[in-house]
Parts: sequence; C-alpha cells; structure tokens
Amino acid sequence: MSEPQPPIGIVIAHGTLAEGLVDAVRQISGIEPGVLIPLSNRGLSPDAVVEAVEHAAAGRPVVVFTDMLGGSCTYAARRFAHARPDIIVVGGVNLPMLLDFVLHRALPPAELLERLLTRGRPSVCYAPGAVERREATGG
Amino acid sequence: MPIVLLRVDERLIHGQVTVGWGTHLHPDRIVVVDDELAHSPWEQELYGLGLPPTIETAFEDVATARTHIADWRAAPARTIVLTRDIATMRRLAEGGMLRGDEVNIGGIHYAPGRDAVLPYVYLSEEERRELGRLAEEGVDITARDLPGSRKVELQELLGGKHRRQ
Repeated sequence: MSEPQPPIGIVIAHGTLAEGLVDAVRQISGIEPGVLIPLSNRGLSPDAVVEAVEHAAAGRPVVVFTDMLGGSCTYAARRFAHARPDIIVVGGVNLPMLLDFVLHRALPPAELLERLLTRGRPSVCYAPGAVERREATGG
Repeated sequence: MPIVLLRVDERLIHGQVTVGWGTHLHPDRIVVVDDELAHSPWEQELYGLGLPPTIETAFEDVATARTHIADWRAAPARTIVLTRDIATMRRLAEGGMLRGDEVNIGGIHYAPGRDAVLPYVYLSEEERRELGRLAEEGVDITARDLPGSRKVELQELLGGKHRRQ
C-alpha cells in the first residue's frame, strides 16, 4: 500500500500578500516548487477565486491558508472546502505557520492542523526585548 | 437612522465593506438581498465569519426585502444593504422604492462578456441596460470602491470602455 500523499498548501490573500509570504518561505526554507501556491483575489469575482483554488489544487490533498477569517478569500476557500470535506482551511496565516507547514506537511491531517494552530498563534505576540533595549538606551 | 449605504458588490460582505465602509459609516446591520443566499444557511454562515458581534446580519430575498425597506429607514439601526448584481438592486428599487437614494456600485469583476469600465467595475451590455433601468427608478448611481476613492458618475460608467487592467 502506498503512503498517503502529503498536502500542498495554497495561500490565498488580498493584494500581493500571498506571493510575498510564499517568497519568504522559499527564501528561508528552500522549499521545492509547487509545495506552496500563492493566489490573490485581486480583480477576481467570488466564483473566479473559487475556480482559481480548484485549479491550483488539481484534485490533490490541500491545506488552504487565508489572510483573515472574514472576507472573500476565506469565503472562496470555504466554498471550495464545502465540495471537498477533506480540505483543511486555516484563517489568519502567518510566516511561522507556513514554515511549520512545509516542514511537517506529511503529518496526519488532524495532527497537522493542531500543530499549525499551536505554532502560528504564539507568533503573534508582544516582543518585550525591543522595549527593554529602548528603555536601557533611553531611546 | 436611515439606510446608510446601498451597494452592488459581487463579494457582498468582505473587507472593503466591513473595514473600508464600516469604519466610515458605523453600521449596526448588514442586509444581503439575494434570492439564492436567502435560502442557503451554510453560505450565510460563511459571510458572517469575521464580522464583529456588534454588526447584525440578515439575508433576504427581494420580495421580503421590499417589505422591509420602510422599516430599515425608520429603525434606529444604521443599515447597509448589499446586492451582488445590478439586476437584484433594480428589482429592489422597482416602483420607486429607492427613489432619491444613492446606489453605490462597489465591485463587479471581470467575466467573459464584460468590458472594463474601472479597475473594479466590468459591465456587460445587459448590465449597462440594467443600470439605465435602475436610474429610471429615480436612483442616483455612482461607483466608488472605498469611501476615499473618486466618485464616478453614471454617465462615465455607461460611456467608458477601457482595456482590462
């Protein structure tokens, strides 16, 4: 019996955010092409965004990352997932989450989802070191 | 408080509406008028994602919405009314229901058969005719994606054909 195919990631966001995030992941991790696919909703109707996600997924297992919970990107991702209940949709994507995804995407889906949320959430945080340095220098 | 925005936007409830217009108009309620969505609970749930709990949402078909327009005008809640296409707004406006109101064309994107008018507005010939019919209902039509953008008058919308951007 063959191993289950690990999912690819589709990042869908406003403007050029997805392209920038995927470029940053490439720069840091050196991922192979096609593991993360960036999409923008710019200039696209809701139906066209769903079609773009479907086209990018091409029937493969997919985790879809969107930039924020509400809005047309998540709407398109959830509409896509409605037809394919195996698809995981994660809102509020950030760079640490994507980096973790490319390194651990072969995990079982439930474990992968838990890991993405566990790693992504704490990266939005107060960075006290910067303030301490500023106070120390009187800046 | 009256209806604070009547808008045609294919994306319906999304960032430009909730953030762009929302911070400007402080709505209490967003009503989506759409015959299909009015009967699709799972899609209604999707559109409600990420909305602040202070904003109430409603999804109504055109016939029901027409019976509520007077209530929306009279209620204290500040209401945004959205349709995803011009034809639905025109049906809502029929019989002078929106006479004297301004309708905002906020986003109609590229599709085969549509020409570019603005970066966020593409129109087919039928949609141009629908705009004319909507204007005949006594509605003032302008296009603007965000409150800070240039307001584009109907004549420019109907007259302008540009290359797709």
